[in-house]
Amino acid sequence: MTTMLGLYNYWIVIFLMMTGFYVVIAQGNLVKKVIGLNLFQISVFLLYLTMGKVDGGTTPIQPDKSFFSGDPGNPIYSHPLPSVLILTAIVVGVATTALALALIVRIHEAYGTIEEDEILVQDRES
Amino acid sequence: MNHYSILRIAAKLLIPYILLYGLYVQFHGDFGPGGGFQAGVIFASGIILYGLVFGPEAARRVAPAGIVDRLIAVGVLVYAGTGVAGMLKGGQFLDYNVLAHDSTHGQHLGILLVELGVGITVSAVMVTIFFAFAARERTE
Amino acid sequence: MTEPIATRLIVILLLALLGWTEVTIARMRQLWAAVMLTGIFSFLGAGWMLILDAPDVAFTEAAVGAGIATFLMLATLGLTTREAKSPTAFKPLPLVVVIATGIVLVYGTLDMPHYGDRQAHIHTYPEPSYITKSNAEIQLPNIVTAILASYRGYDTLGETTVILTAGVGVILLLRNERRKPRDGVDPTAESTT
Repeated sequence: MTTMLGLYNYWIVIFLMMTGFYVVIAQGNLVKKVIGLNLFQISVFLLYLTMGKVDGGTTPIQPDKSFFSGDPGNPIYSHPLPSVLILTAIVVGVATTALALALIVRIHEAYGTIEEDEILVQDRES
Repeated sequence: MNHYSILRIAAKLLIPYILLYGLYVQFHGDFGPGGGFQAGVIFASGIILYGLVFGPEAARRVAPAGIVDRLIAVGVLVYAGTGVAGMLKGGQFLDYNVLAHDSTHGQHLGILLVELGVGITVSAVMVTIFFAFAARERTE
Repeated sequence: MTEPIATRLIVILLLALLGWTEVTIARMRQLWAAVMLTGIFSFLGAGWMLILDAPDVAFTEAAVGAGIATFLMLATLGLTTREAKSPTAFKPLPLVVVIATGIVLVYGTLDMPHYGDRQAHIHTYPEPSYITKSNAEIQLPNIVTAILASYRGYDTLGETTVILTAGVGVILLLRNERRKPRDGVDPTAESTT
Protein backbone atom coordinates (compact mmCIF):
# COMPACT_ATOMS: atom_id res chain seq x y z
CA MET A 1 0.00 0.00 0.00
CA THR A 2 2.83 2.44 0.83
CA THR A 3 4.48 1.44 -2.44
CA MET A 4 1.29 2.25 -4.32
CA LEU A 5 0.85 5.62 -2.63
CA GLY A 6 4.51 6.45 -3.11
CA LEU A 7 4.77 5.49 -6.74
CA TYR A 8 1.32 6.29 -8.13
CA ASN A 9 2.62 9.40 -9.89
CA TYR A 10 5.07 7.37 -11.99
CA TRP A 11 2.41 4.81 -12.87
CA ILE A 12 -0.06 7.45 -14.02
CA VAL A 13 2.65 9.12 -16.07
CA ILE A 14 3.66 5.76 -17.58
CA PHE A 15 0.03 5.16 -18.55
CA LEU A 16 -0.09 8.58 -20.24
CA MET A 17 3.24 7.94 -21.97
CA MET A 18 2.17 4.56 -23.26
CA THR A 19 -1.14 5.88 -24.59
CA GLY A 20 0.79 8.54 -26.52
CA PHE A 21 3.19 5.84 -27.73
CA TYR A 22 0.23 3.75 -28.89
CA VAL A 23 -1.12 6.69 -30.90
CA VAL A 24 2.29 7.07 -32.55
CA ILE A 25 2.71 3.45 -33.64
CA ALA A 26 -0.88 2.35 -34.23
CA GLN A 27 -2.28 5.27 -36.23
CA GLY A 28 -1.57 5.68 -39.91
CA ASN A 29 -2.46 9.35 -40.14
CA LEU A 30 0.61 11.57 -39.97
CA VAL A 31 -1.08 14.42 -38.07
CA LYS A 32 -2.34 11.88 -35.56
CA LYS A 33 1.21 10.61 -35.14
CA VAL A 34 2.41 14.14 -34.37
CA ILE A 35 -0.42 14.49 -31.84
CA GLY A 36 0.75 11.23 -30.26
CA LEU A 37 4.33 12.49 -30.08
CA ASN A 38 3.05 15.65 -28.37
CA LEU A 39 1.11 13.63 -25.79
CA PHE A 40 4.15 11.45 -25.17
CA GLN A 41 6.27 14.56 -24.79
CA ILE A 42 3.98 16.22 -22.24
CA SER A 43 3.90 12.97 -20.24
CA VAL A 44 7.70 12.91 -20.14
CA PHE A 45 7.66 16.51 -18.89
CA LEU A 46 5.32 15.46 -16.10
CA LEU A 47 7.60 12.53 -15.23
CA TYR A 48 10.54 14.88 -14.73
CA LEU A 49 8.54 17.37 -12.70
CA THR A 50 7.10 14.76 -10.32
CA MET A 51 10.67 13.79 -9.45
CA GLY A 52 11.49 17.37 -8.46
CA LYS A 53 8.54 17.73 -6.07
CA VAL A 54 9.35 17.44 -2.37
CA ASP A 55 6.93 16.98 0.54
CA GLY A 56 5.95 20.31 2.04
CA GLY A 57 8.10 22.06 -0.54
CA THR A 58 7.35 25.30 -2.26
CA THR A 59 8.11 26.98 -5.57
CA PRO A 60 11.85 27.68 -6.01
CA ILE A 61 11.37 31.44 -6.05
CA GLN A 62 12.67 33.27 -3.01
CA PRO A 63 11.10 36.45 -1.70
CA ASP A 64 13.38 39.37 -2.57
CA LYS A 65 14.73 40.99 0.56
CA SER A 66 14.29 44.50 -0.83
CA PHE A 67 10.58 43.96 -1.56
CA PHE A 68 9.61 41.53 1.19
CA SER A 69 10.23 42.62 4.76
CA GLY A 70 8.64 39.75 6.72
CA ASP A 71 10.46 36.68 7.96
CA PRO A 72 10.37 33.98 5.26
CA GLY A 73 11.35 31.32 7.81
CA ASN A 74 13.29 28.42 6.39
CA PRO A 75 11.15 26.98 3.59
CA ILE A 76 11.97 23.80 1.68
CA TYR A 77 12.10 24.35 -2.06
CA SER A 78 11.21 21.82 -4.70
CA HIS A 79 14.15 21.03 -6.94
CA PRO A 80 14.58 23.75 -9.60
CA LEU A 81 16.63 21.68 -12.05
CA PRO A 82 13.74 19.67 -13.61
CA SER A 83 11.92 22.97 -14.22
CA VAL A 84 14.96 24.32 -16.07
CA LEU A 85 15.32 21.23 -18.26
CA ILE A 86 11.63 21.06 -19.11
CA LEU A 87 11.25 24.79 -19.70
CA THR A 88 13.69 24.70 -22.59
CA ALA A 89 12.37 21.35 -23.80
CA ILE A 90 8.80 22.68 -24.19
CA VAL A 91 9.78 25.51 -26.52
CA VAL A 92 12.20 23.33 -28.47
CA GLY A 93 9.39 20.77 -28.67
CA VAL A 94 6.96 23.18 -30.29
CA ALA A 95 9.64 24.35 -32.75
CA THR A 96 10.33 20.77 -33.83
CA THR A 97 6.58 20.05 -33.96
CA ALA A 98 6.27 22.97 -36.36
CA LEU A 99 9.02 21.43 -38.50
CA ALA A 100 7.20 18.08 -38.52
CA LEU A 101 3.92 19.75 -39.50
CA ALA A 102 5.68 21.66 -42.28
CA LEU A 103 6.97 18.34 -43.60
CA ILE A 104 3.41 16.95 -43.46
CA VAL A 105 2.15 19.91 -45.50
CA ARG A 106 4.82 19.25 -48.12
CA ILE A 107 4.03 15.52 -48.13
CA HIS A 108 0.38 16.34 -48.72
CA GLU A 109 1.36 18.57 -51.64
CA ALA A 110 3.52 15.86 -53.16
CA TYR A 111 1.31 12.80 -52.56
CA GLY A 112 -2.18 14.24 -52.03
CA THR A 113 -2.64 12.23 -48.86
CA ILE A 114 -1.27 12.08 -45.30
CA GLU A 115 -2.13 8.44 -44.68
CA GLU A 116 0.98 6.38 -44.22
CA ASP A 117 -0.16 3.27 -46.13
CA GLU A 118 -1.39 5.26 -49.16
CA ILE A 119 1.96 7.06 -49.33
CA LEU A 120 3.76 3.70 -49.23
CA VAL A 121 1.55 2.35 -52.04
CA GLN A 122 2.36 5.40 -54.20
CA ASP A 123 6.05 4.98 -53.45
CA ARG A 124 6.01 1.32 -54.50
CA GLU A 125 4.12 2.06 -57.72
CA SER A 126 6.53 4.73 -58.90
CA MET B 1 -13.19 37.95 -40.74
CA ASN B 2 -14.78 41.33 -41.44
CA HIS B 3 -18.16 40.25 -40.08
CA TYR B 4 -17.02 39.16 -36.66
CA SER B 5 -17.08 42.55 -35.00
CA ILE B 6 -17.05 41.12 -31.46
CA LEU B 7 -13.89 39.17 -32.24
CA ARG B 8 -12.24 42.19 -33.84
CA ILE B 9 -13.03 44.52 -30.94
CA ALA B 10 -12.07 41.96 -28.30
CA ALA B 11 -8.80 41.31 -30.12
CA LYS B 12 -8.07 45.04 -30.37
CA LEU B 13 -8.65 45.38 -26.64
CA LEU B 14 -6.56 42.34 -25.74
CA ILE B 15 -3.51 42.67 -27.99
CA PRO B 16 -1.83 45.63 -26.19
CA TYR B 17 -2.15 43.82 -22.88
CA ILE B 18 -0.78 40.57 -24.32
CA LEU B 19 2.26 42.42 -25.68
CA LEU B 20 2.73 44.29 -22.41
CA TYR B 21 2.44 41.06 -20.45
CA GLY B 22 5.04 39.52 -22.73
CA LEU B 23 7.46 42.34 -21.93
CA TYR B 24 6.67 42.04 -18.21
CA VAL B 25 7.39 38.31 -18.24
CA GLN B 26 10.60 38.99 -20.15
CA PHE B 27 12.08 41.61 -17.86
CA HIS B 28 10.58 40.42 -14.58
CA GLY B 29 11.73 36.86 -15.16
CA ASP B 30 14.64 37.30 -12.75
CA PHE B 31 12.27 38.01 -9.87
CA GLY B 32 9.12 36.02 -10.54
CA PRO B 33 8.15 33.15 -12.81
CA GLY B 34 9.13 33.97 -16.34
CA GLY B 35 12.01 34.41 -18.71
CA GLY B 36 12.91 34.58 -22.35
CA PHE B 37 11.22 31.38 -23.48
CA GLN B 38 7.80 32.20 -22.06
CA ALA B 39 8.02 35.88 -22.97
CA GLY B 40 8.92 35.10 -26.56
CA VAL B 41 5.93 32.81 -26.95
CA ILE B 42 3.51 35.25 -25.28
CA PHE B 43 4.76 38.22 -27.32
CA ALA B 44 4.50 36.20 -30.53
CA SER B 45 0.98 35.06 -29.63
CA GLY B 46 -0.09 38.72 -29.54
CA ILE B 47 1.08 39.20 -33.12
CA ILE B 48 -0.41 35.84 -34.14
CA LEU B 49 -3.78 36.87 -32.71
CA TYR B 50 -3.60 40.06 -34.76
CA GLY B 51 -2.79 38.03 -37.85
CA LEU B 52 -5.63 35.58 -37.23
CA VAL B 53 -8.28 38.25 -36.79
CA PHE B 54 -7.16 40.92 -39.25
CA GLY B 55 -5.46 38.72 -41.85
CA PRO B 56 -1.81 37.82 -42.46
CA GLU B 57 -1.30 40.81 -44.77
CA ALA B 58 -2.14 43.29 -42.03
CA ALA B 59 0.12 41.44 -39.59
CA ARG B 60 2.90 41.42 -42.18
CA ARG B 61 2.86 45.21 -42.10
CA VAL B 62 3.46 45.06 -38.31
CA ALA B 63 6.13 42.39 -38.55
CA PRO B 64 7.78 42.59 -42.00
CA ALA B 65 9.57 39.48 -43.22
CA GLY B 66 12.87 41.28 -43.65
CA ILE B 67 12.99 42.35 -40.01
CA VAL B 68 11.60 39.18 -38.39
CA ASP B 69 13.93 36.90 -40.37
CA ARG B 70 16.92 38.89 -39.19
CA LEU B 71 15.67 38.98 -35.59
CA ILE B 72 15.84 35.15 -35.48
CA ALA B 73 19.60 35.38 -35.91
CA VAL B 74 19.95 38.56 -33.81
CA GLY B 75 18.66 36.74 -30.71
CA VAL B 76 21.26 33.97 -30.95
CA LEU B 77 23.92 36.61 -31.68
CA VAL B 78 22.94 38.57 -28.54
CA TYR B 79 23.24 35.36 -26.54
CA ALA B 80 26.58 34.29 -27.99
CA GLY B 81 27.78 37.91 -27.97
CA THR B 82 27.23 38.07 -24.20
CA GLY B 83 29.45 35.02 -23.92
CA VAL B 84 32.11 36.57 -26.14
CA ALA B 85 31.93 39.82 -24.16
CA GLY B 86 32.84 37.83 -21.08
CA MET B 87 35.85 36.44 -22.96
CA LEU B 88 36.95 39.90 -24.05
CA LYS B 89 36.75 41.09 -20.46
CA GLY B 90 39.13 38.38 -19.40
CA GLY B 91 36.77 35.62 -18.28
CA GLN B 92 35.60 32.43 -19.97
CA PHE B 93 32.86 32.03 -22.57
CA LEU B 94 29.47 32.73 -20.91
CA ASP B 95 31.19 33.75 -17.67
CA TYR B 96 29.13 36.71 -16.45
CA ASN B 97 31.16 37.47 -13.33
CA VAL B 98 33.48 39.84 -15.19
CA LEU B 99 30.77 41.82 -17.02
CA ALA B 100 30.27 44.44 -14.29
CA HIS B 101 32.20 45.90 -11.37
CA ASP B 102 31.33 43.00 -9.06
CA SER B 103 30.41 39.44 -9.75
CA THR B 104 26.77 39.58 -8.57
CA HIS B 105 25.96 42.58 -10.77
CA GLY B 106 27.82 40.90 -13.60
CA GLN B 107 25.61 37.82 -13.19
CA HIS B 108 22.44 39.95 -13.18
CA LEU B 109 23.51 41.81 -16.33
CA GLY B 110 24.55 38.62 -18.08
CA ILE B 111 21.29 36.83 -17.24
CA LEU B 112 19.23 39.81 -18.44
CA LEU B 113 21.07 39.95 -21.78
CA VAL B 114 20.95 36.21 -22.32
CA GLU B 115 17.21 36.09 -21.59
CA LEU B 116 16.71 38.99 -23.99
CA GLY B 117 18.49 37.03 -26.71
CA VAL B 118 16.35 33.96 -26.04
CA GLY B 119 13.17 36.06 -26.07
CA ILE B 120 14.03 37.69 -29.40
CA THR B 121 14.80 34.38 -31.11
CA VAL B 122 11.77 32.55 -29.74
CA SER B 123 9.26 35.27 -30.63
CA ALA B 124 10.77 35.78 -34.09
CA VAL B 125 10.70 32.05 -34.82
CA MET B 126 7.08 31.69 -33.65
CA VAL B 127 5.97 34.66 -35.78
CA THR B 128 7.89 33.29 -38.77
CA ILE B 129 6.30 29.85 -38.39
CA PHE B 130 2.85 31.48 -38.22
CA PHE B 131 3.43 33.40 -41.44
CA ALA B 132 4.90 30.36 -43.17
CA PHE B 133 1.74 28.35 -42.44
CA ALA B 134 -0.67 31.23 -43.04
CA ALA B 135 0.79 32.14 -46.44
CA ARG B 136 0.67 28.57 -47.74
CA GLU B 137 -2.26 27.76 -49.96
CA ARG B 138 -4.20 24.54 -49.90
CA THR B 139 -3.49 22.22 -52.79
CA GLU B 140 -5.69 19.42 -53.96
CA MET C 1 2.02 12.90 2.22
CA THR C 2 1.62 16.24 3.89
CA GLU C 3 -0.55 17.75 1.18
CA PRO C 4 -3.96 19.00 2.28
CA ILE C 5 -6.96 16.88 1.28
CA ALA C 6 -8.20 19.52 -1.18
CA THR C 7 -4.91 19.43 -3.09
CA ARG C 8 -5.02 15.67 -3.24
CA LEU C 9 -8.57 15.72 -4.56
CA ILE C 10 -7.62 18.25 -7.23
CA VAL C 11 -4.64 16.09 -8.24
CA ILE C 12 -6.80 12.98 -8.51
CA LEU C 13 -9.35 14.89 -10.59
CA LEU C 14 -6.63 16.30 -12.86
CA LEU C 15 -5.03 12.90 -13.37
CA ALA C 16 -8.36 11.26 -14.13
CA LEU C 17 -9.13 13.97 -16.68
CA LEU C 18 -5.66 13.65 -18.21
CA GLY C 19 -6.09 9.92 -18.70
CA TRP C 20 -9.63 10.25 -20.02
CA THR C 21 -8.67 12.99 -22.48
CA GLU C 22 -5.78 10.98 -23.81
CA VAL C 23 -7.77 7.78 -24.28
CA THR C 24 -10.43 9.81 -26.08
CA ILE C 25 -7.78 11.29 -28.38
CA ALA C 26 -6.44 7.82 -29.16
CA ARG C 27 -9.89 6.57 -30.19
CA MET C 28 -10.86 9.60 -32.24
CA ARG C 29 -10.81 9.94 -36.02
CA GLN C 30 -12.03 13.53 -36.22
CA LEU C 31 -8.69 15.32 -36.37
CA TRP C 32 -10.09 18.75 -35.48
CA ALA C 33 -11.55 17.43 -32.24
CA ALA C 34 -8.37 15.47 -31.49
CA VAL C 35 -6.31 18.65 -31.87
CA MET C 36 -8.60 20.63 -29.58
CA LEU C 37 -8.43 17.82 -27.01
CA THR C 38 -4.63 17.92 -27.24
CA GLY C 39 -4.84 21.59 -26.24
CA ILE C 40 -7.04 20.64 -23.30
CA PHE C 41 -4.56 17.91 -22.38
CA SER C 42 -1.82 20.56 -22.33
CA PHE C 43 -3.90 22.78 -20.07
CA LEU C 44 -4.60 19.95 -17.63
CA GLY C 45 -0.93 19.05 -17.65
CA ALA C 46 -0.10 22.68 -16.90
CA GLY C 47 -2.49 22.52 -13.95
CA TRP C 48 -0.67 19.56 -12.49
CA MET C 49 2.69 21.25 -13.14
CA LEU C 50 1.52 24.17 -11.00
CA ILE C 51 0.78 21.78 -8.13
CA LEU C 52 4.23 20.23 -8.66
CA ASP C 53 5.77 23.63 -7.81
CA ALA C 54 6.87 24.53 -11.31
CA PRO C 55 4.98 27.71 -12.26
CA ASP C 56 7.55 28.66 -14.91
CA VAL C 57 6.97 25.40 -16.74
CA ALA C 58 3.22 25.53 -16.16
CA PHE C 59 2.64 28.77 -17.95
CA THR C 60 5.09 27.95 -20.71
CA GLU C 61 3.09 24.79 -21.29
CA ALA C 62 -0.19 26.72 -21.21
CA ALA C 63 1.07 29.29 -23.72
CA VAL C 64 2.89 26.84 -25.99
CA GLY C 65 0.89 23.63 -25.76
CA ALA C 66 -2.57 25.09 -25.64
CA GLY C 67 -1.82 28.16 -27.76
CA ILE C 68 0.85 27.89 -30.43
CA ALA C 69 0.91 24.10 -30.93
CA THR C 70 -2.88 23.91 -31.25
CA PHE C 71 -2.86 26.74 -33.75
CA LEU C 72 -0.10 25.10 -35.82
CA MET C 73 -1.94 21.78 -35.94
CA LEU C 74 -5.18 23.48 -36.95
CA ALA C 75 -3.28 25.33 -39.70
CA THR C 76 -1.86 22.01 -40.90
CA LEU C 77 -5.32 20.46 -40.95
CA GLY C 78 -6.55 23.45 -42.96
CA LEU C 79 -3.80 22.76 -45.50
CA THR C 80 -4.31 19.00 -45.63
CA THR C 81 -7.34 17.03 -44.48
CA ARG C 82 -9.79 17.06 -41.62
CA GLU C 83 -10.45 13.41 -41.00
CA ALA C 84 -8.25 10.41 -40.53
CA LYS C 85 -9.00 7.32 -42.58
CA SER C 86 -10.86 4.70 -40.60
CA PRO C 87 -8.66 1.72 -39.77
CA THR C 88 -9.09 -1.29 -42.03
CA ALA C 89 -8.56 -3.89 -39.32
CA PHE C 90 -7.60 -3.92 -35.68
CA LYS C 91 -3.91 -4.71 -35.40
CA PRO C 92 -2.97 -6.26 -32.05
CA LEU C 93 0.80 -5.86 -32.44
CA PRO C 94 1.04 -2.16 -31.38
CA LEU C 95 -1.07 -2.86 -28.29
CA VAL C 96 1.18 -5.77 -27.31
CA VAL C 97 4.31 -3.65 -27.78
CA VAL C 98 2.85 -0.79 -25.72
CA ILE C 99 1.68 -3.02 -22.86
CA ALA C 100 5.04 -4.83 -22.75
CA THR C 101 6.93 -1.53 -22.66
CA GLY C 102 4.60 -0.26 -19.96
CA ILE C 103 5.15 -3.32 -17.78
CA VAL C 104 8.93 -2.95 -18.12
CA LEU C 105 8.71 0.72 -17.15
CA VAL C 106 6.49 0.01 -14.14
CA TYR C 107 8.97 -2.69 -13.04
CA GLY C 108 11.69 -0.03 -13.33
CA THR C 109 9.83 2.39 -11.06
CA LEU C 110 9.80 -0.09 -8.16
CA ASP C 111 13.31 1.07 -7.28
CA MET C 112 12.50 4.75 -7.69
CA PRO C 113 12.30 7.10 -4.68
CA HIS C 114 8.75 7.72 -3.51
CA TYR C 115 6.79 10.80 -4.49
CA GLY C 116 7.93 13.81 -2.44
CA ASP C 117 10.60 11.85 -0.55
CA ARG C 118 12.98 14.34 1.06
CA GLN C 119 15.79 11.78 1.18
CA ALA C 120 15.67 11.05 -2.54
CA HIS C 121 18.93 11.46 -4.43
CA ILE C 122 17.65 14.44 -6.39
CA HIS C 123 17.10 16.41 -3.16
CA THR C 124 20.34 15.48 -1.42
CA TYR C 125 22.71 15.85 -4.36
CA PRO C 126 24.57 18.02 -5.40
CA GLU C 127 25.75 19.40 -2.11
CA PRO C 128 25.71 22.40 -1.65
CA SER C 129 22.47 22.58 -3.59
CA TYR C 130 21.80 24.98 -6.43
CA ILE C 131 19.59 26.98 -4.06
CA THR C 132 22.39 27.58 -1.56
CA LYS C 133 24.91 28.27 -4.30
CA SER C 134 22.75 30.71 -6.24
CA ASN C 135 21.93 32.55 -3.00
CA ALA C 136 25.62 33.24 -2.51
CA GLU C 137 26.73 33.76 -6.10
CA ILE C 138 23.83 35.14 -8.14
CA GLN C 139 21.32 36.46 -5.58
CA LEU C 140 18.29 36.32 -7.85
CA PRO C 141 14.91 35.45 -6.33
CA ASN C 142 13.99 33.12 -9.18
CA ILE C 143 16.40 30.19 -8.92
CA VAL C 144 15.04 28.61 -12.10
CA THR C 145 16.14 31.64 -14.14
CA ALA C 146 19.52 31.68 -12.39
CA ILE C 147 20.20 28.05 -13.30
CA LEU C 148 18.75 28.40 -16.80
CA ALA C 149 20.83 31.38 -17.84
CA SER C 150 23.95 31.06 -15.72
CA TYR C 151 24.80 27.56 -14.47
CA ARG C 152 23.41 25.91 -17.58
CA GLY C 153 24.20 28.72 -20.01
CA TYR C 154 25.77 26.43 -22.62
CA ASP C 155 22.71 24.20 -22.60
CA THR C 156 20.37 27.12 -23.14
CA LEU C 157 22.57 28.48 -25.94
CA GLY C 158 22.26 25.11 -27.62
CA GLU C 159 18.47 25.07 -27.17
CA THR C 160 18.19 28.55 -28.66
CA THR C 161 20.22 27.37 -31.63
CA VAL C 162 17.87 24.40 -32.05
CA ILE C 163 14.92 26.81 -32.17
CA LEU C 164 16.77 28.90 -34.76
CA THR C 165 17.41 25.79 -36.83
CA ALA C 166 13.78 24.69 -36.64
CA GLY C 167 12.63 28.17 -37.70
CA VAL C 168 15.01 28.13 -40.68
CA GLY C 169 13.81 24.64 -41.56
CA VAL C 170 10.17 25.76 -41.62
CA ILE C 171 11.10 28.73 -43.80
CA LEU C 172 12.92 26.46 -46.23
CA LEU C 173 10.04 23.97 -46.37
CA LEU C 174 7.07 26.28 -46.63
CA ARG C 175 8.08 29.66 -48.01
CA ASN C 176 7.88 29.67 -51.77
CA GLU C 177 9.29 33.03 -52.75
CA ARG C 178 11.25 32.74 -55.94
CA ARG C 179 14.53 34.55 -56.05
CA LYS C 180 14.79 37.43 -58.48
CA PRO C 181 16.64 36.27 -61.61
CA ARG C 182 20.22 37.43 -61.74
CA ASP C 183 21.63 38.40 -65.16
CA GLY C 184 18.55 37.05 -66.85
CA VAL C 185 19.12 33.51 -65.51
CA ASP C 186 16.86 32.21 -62.75
CA PRO C 187 19.04 29.97 -60.56
CA THR C 188 16.01 28.27 -59.01
CA ALA C 189 13.97 27.91 -62.18
CA GLU C 190 14.27 24.13 -62.33
CA SER C 191 14.35 23.23 -58.67
CA THR C 192 11.29 25.08 -57.40
CA THR C 193 7.94 23.37 -57.49
